[in-house]
Amino acid sequence: MSVEIRVASIDPIRQTFARTSRRFGADKPASRYQEASFDLQPRDNFHYRPVWDPQRDIYDRRRTAIEMRDWDDFRDPRQYYYATYVLNRARMQEAAEKSFEFVDKHGLMATLSVEQVRDIETLLLPLRHLEWAANLNNCFVTAYCFGSSMAQGAMYATTDRLGIAQYLSRIGLLLDGNSGQSLTDAKARWLDAPAWQPLRRLAERCLVQKDWFELFVAQNLVLDSLVHPLLYAPFHSGVGDAGGAYLAMLTEFIKDWSGDNQKWVDACLKIAAAESPANRARLSAWAAEWKGLALDALAPLAQCAAHLDGPARLESAARALDQRIAKLGFDAA
Amino acid sequence: MNTQDTRRPTGKKLSLKEKYALMTRGLGWDTSYEPMDKAFDQLGLEGIKIHDWDKWEDPFRLTMDAYWKYQAEKERKLYAVLDAFQQNNGHLNISDARYVNTLKLFFTGITPAEYNAHRLFAMLGRQFPGPGAAIACQMQAVDELRHVQTQIHSISQYNKYFNGLHDHTVMNDRLWYLSVPKSFFEDAISSGPFEQIIAISFALEYLLTNLVFMPFMSGAAYNGDMATVTFGFSSQSDEARHMTLGLECIKFVLEQDPGNAAIIQRYLDKWFWRGYKVLGLVSMMLDYMLPKKVMSWKEAWEIYFVQNGGSLFNDLSRYGLRMPKYWEQSVAEAEHLSHQTWNAFYNFSGAAAFHVWLPSDEDMAWLAEKYPNTFDQHYRPRIEHYRKLQAEGKRYYNPSLPMLCQTCQTPLIFTEMDDPTRTSHRQLEHDGDTYHFCSDGCRDIFAGQPDKYVSAWLPAHQILQGNCVEPGAEAAGDPGADALRYFHVVAGQDNLDYEGSPDEANWLRWKGLDKTPPAAAA
Repeated sequence: MSVEIRVASIDPIRQTFARTSRRFGADKPASRYQEASFDLQPRDNFHYRPVWDPQRDIYDRRRTAIEMRDWDDFRDPRQYYYATYVLNRARMQEAAEKSFEFVDKHGLMATLSVEQVRDIETLLLPLRHLEWAANLNNCFVTAYCFGSSMAQGAMYATTDRLGIAQYLSRIGLLLDGNSGQSLTDAKARWLDAPAWQPLRRLAERCLVQKDWFELFVAQNLVLDSLVHPLLYAPFHSGVGDAGGAYLAMLTEFIKDWSGDNQKWVDACLKIAAAESPANRARLSAWAAEWKGLALDALAPLAQCAAHLDGPARLESAARALDQRIAKLGFDAA
Repeated sequence: MNTQDTRRPTGKKLSLKEKYALMTRGLGWDTSYEPMDKAFDQLGLEGIKIHDWDKWEDPFRLTMDAYWKYQAEKERKLYAVLDAFQQNNGHLNISDARYVNTLKLFFTGITPAEYNAHRLFAMLGRQFPGPGAAIACQMQAVDELRHVQTQIHSISQYNKYFNGLHDHTVMNDRLWYLSVPKSFFEDAISSGPFEQIIAISFALEYLLTNLVFMPFMSGAAYNGDMATVTFGFSSQSDEARHMTLGLECIKFVLEQDPGNAAIIQRYLDKWFWRGYKVLGLVSMMLDYMLPKKVMSWKEAWEIYFVQNGGSLFNDLSRYGLRMPKYWEQSVAEAEHLSHQTWNAFYNFSGAAAFHVWLPSDEDMAWLAEKYPNTFDQHYRPRIEHYRKLQAEGKRYYNPSLPMLCQTCQTPLIFTEMDDPTRTSHRQLEHDGDTYHFCSDGCRDIFAGQPDKYVSAWLPAHQILQGNCVEPGAEAAGDPGADALRYFHVVAGQDNLDYEGSPDEANWLRWKGLDKTPPAAAA
């Protein structure tokens, strides 16, 4: 038995916008994700050449070596548009907020061992600067990529990476009683500690990279695939030690985010690789090159994390990256 | 480092400002493995000198967690209203179907501009080396994406029932009058980063937003458009942040180096005039297109530019800035702007994606009251003449293609302020060619960067050169018909008078005032 409210019905004269019909089929009702995400970037009749790149148009396919017949083909399996994105992240931040409050209220950082504190200080907190670079790299993709669906995904990755840098900062502030000293020390490590210098060098190399798709591969595929298992994962699963569970709570957002973000990254890379053998070759070469660079850059940090199985973690992360690359349809590295 | 010293179980309470600074400001660093001017390589393009990015005062101290939380709350409310609007055929509650034509103008002219703003602020979010400035721009970049999408979702329902909204992105790229806002935004986005932010954050968001964005939202409120006005209210706090960014940015740049003021003044002169010229479209919206009027263009200009803008420039005079060049002329023109603009669209309505109509007696009484110095004298006689022609079945259309201003791309439809019978027309020689302008302001802007403006894509020229033909389609040989198809304007459906349009027929049928058989989309 159902209760029915009768409303006046008026037939619409069309179901959706022409650009949405052209992409998803003529005159089918469209989802809000479909209407909000595709074919929004200007395409024709650019009036002026940009002073910052006078050889190209304001939006230009030639800012990467990757070629696509349809640059709006990058569909996000999470179907994020702004509203669904912020609603999802608001739920995640609510859980994170509870964890931070809980740890703070009960003074649980004091239960960490000296070794755990040292690990946070030497291995985790300097990553806020790597996250800042990841933020800038995804912001670069948002700004200079081609097509509104790619730009949209990269925009959310940009704000996500800032959020992660800020969560890392909050872990530091819990540790140092809001003095900020732990963050100052972490920055000093990032700038001067020998073990961090190869990684900083690589992060800076990303900042001068001009092919946005290469940057996407370097940051979102290669670096993230290796950094997360090596440097974040030990904090996600330290339940065995006293206090370890609290660290798992404080880094849970980062772990959940990584799984969520990978879905989008993999979808983009699969679509680009499936487009043409030339794309596949190019993506494969980038992945191989950046993997080599990243493994070298991370080796000293793996040594610093030897007591957390750093070298073995890095090796297994490298193998997992190879498998991920194979699944994406790239050529074997 | 002695870990014991830094461990304190309960910390001091942080203010929002301190918390934001600790969590954010230290994130960046000066690169040493790569040169800074390679990592941030656009900062030297304009001659602006910044000595210390740490002096940037964060205009809004939002951390990401707070941002997600607040914005999600706003989205929940907004989409609840949009759902209800759709479920209950909210589009039937507007004052009159003529009102939807303002949405057509907004959706084809402003929404694509918001998309450009999204990408422009992403560029700035990457190019500014100070995290404070970069993050403020990144947040605006994602806000602007929000505005594009919430506008799409608000207007989605109207698109299902009214014509002219169906292809807003293609129209923005191609349709002749939309090259006015399109070229404005492309002018900004193709500039160096400081000019980009002065153009959009300061000139547009701070100085002119109450004249671009708010008239449409107020128009929605006055005319029963619940979807659009709810979007407007929902974006108000975003807009307030964006305005604050504009003001902070200009103060920061001016305080960094005394040499910056001359460059900024040049930008303000240019972008004030560029922005003002786009507002011609808003002026006719306020005075002629809203069935229920909010205020006249002249009143809006007086309040939002002359008074508010005037006190702002008063405040900025301590940095050596003065009011933008030709601002007095904009005040004189306020008596004429909307009347001359609407007249042009009445003339060229065959090639527009919205409908036009002649003002009613009641409308004309309102216009006479709001424009006592000009309406009865110059514009009422012309409208009455058009009425007479229409009654005789001789509705006047202008069959020519108008000459466009090389800078702002408005047709040369405006008159001299001291002689309303003479068209305002300026010329300039450059590299052996003659270029045409609507005003001294536009001529000056061209003279400042001639190599930039000679490349402008002028729709009238392009049509005459045979370049406006739908890709892959056979040219019909009739440039007018070819151009309409190229614009994605459906003839007989999207264009011409409201009277006799499918929009009108549908509206009368839905409202039970039926006088014709059902009309469907072509």
